[in-house]
Amino acid sequence: MENDDLMAKQSEERTILMEEKKNSGRTWFFRGMKAGIPIGMGYFAVAFTLGIAARKTGLNVLQSGFMSATMLASAGQFAGFGALASGAGYLEMAVTQIVVNLRYLLMSSALSQKVMRDQPFFHRFLMAYGVTDEIFAVSMGVEGKLHPCYMYGTTATAAPGWVLGTVMGALLGMILPARVMSAMSVALYGMFLAIVIPPAKKSRLLAGVVIVSMAMSALFTKLPVLNQVSSGFQIIILTILVAGAAAVLFPVKEEKEETKNAP
Amino acid sequence: MRPDGNLGLLVMAATIYLVRALPLVLLRKEIRNPFIRSFLYYVPYVSLSVMTFPAILSATASLWSGLAGFAAAFVIAWADGNLFRVSIGACLAVFLAELIV
Repeated sequence: MENDDLMAKQSEERTILMEEKKNSGRTWFFRGMKAGIPIGMGYFAVAFTLGIAARKTGLNVLQSGFMSATMLASAGQFAGFGALASGAGYLEMAVTQIVVNLRYLLMSSALSQKVMRDQPFFHRFLMAYGVTDEIFAVSMGVEGKLHPCYMYGTTATAAPGWVLGTVMGALLGMILPARVMSAMSVALYGMFLAIVIPPAKKSRLLAGVVIVSMAMSALFTKLPVLNQVSSGFQIIILTILVAGAAAVLFPVKEEKEETKNAP
Repeated sequence: MRPDGNLGLLVMAATIYLVRALPLVLLRKEIRNPFIRSFLYYVPYVSLSVMTFPAILSATASLWSGLAGFAAAFVIAWADGNLFRVSIGACLAVFLAELIV
């Protein structure tokens, strides 16, 4: 019985693989670009505030843009301002970045299992650049295996929003009305919810995981000692705790990557 | 002795790239261990949920507009699921809430 299931699964995987080979990298790239547009818009808004902060730290417009283009990381860059402003050494800067961005280690690990196996190895070096919370989210939301070109497409439309937003923020500062800035600041959270809610609607287990995660996260920000933990570390600790507990209690039986999400 | 800012930027960029690239490059084989597989399956749901809540409540000018954004995003994501519409809907809800309150 289990053997039959396995055989069926394998042949199913094979047909999926063949179907996906027919889909060219171009098709995947355009799909990714489409998914990247709302991300880029959200990025623009967030990066605008980042650009303002960059100027306050003493970086010029070019440096701000360079930082955003090479790092592509909100929390990491904010932490970077802190390190630069306090005159931290290079080692401290590096350690700060590792700690604040450790979640990307988990996300890249998850992505490493999601990428199509028949794609050349060098793609993995290039894909790594685009591992952000949002690009990771939409990439994992793709049905079945992931073509590297999908991530390239998403990065191609999302990253310019980030860089442009930073540069504009550094140039124009507080020109946007506060109301607009406030409204735009939830765009990224809305995107996260759009990734998490639809699968949770279909699976009680995932709904439970989402609710427990949010509740634990709220606890962490309220409880006296725990709320001293930096937000980057909170994400890591909670992800390891909750995902680990879920993996022990409810192991996933097979390729359950049908985390469907209407593109 | 203040470290050079430009070099600092390079150090940070290189570090963050390594954090992202190492797992992708090193974990080439399919992981068979059921625990790790399950763990990685849950990672996106947990990390995204943790990042969203309660941070969304303090992202805007007031708790109420944050709540409005959260509620709008939740409802639209439940009914529709389209990334773009959920994001825009959340932004609009915040904007309207701040006009009223």
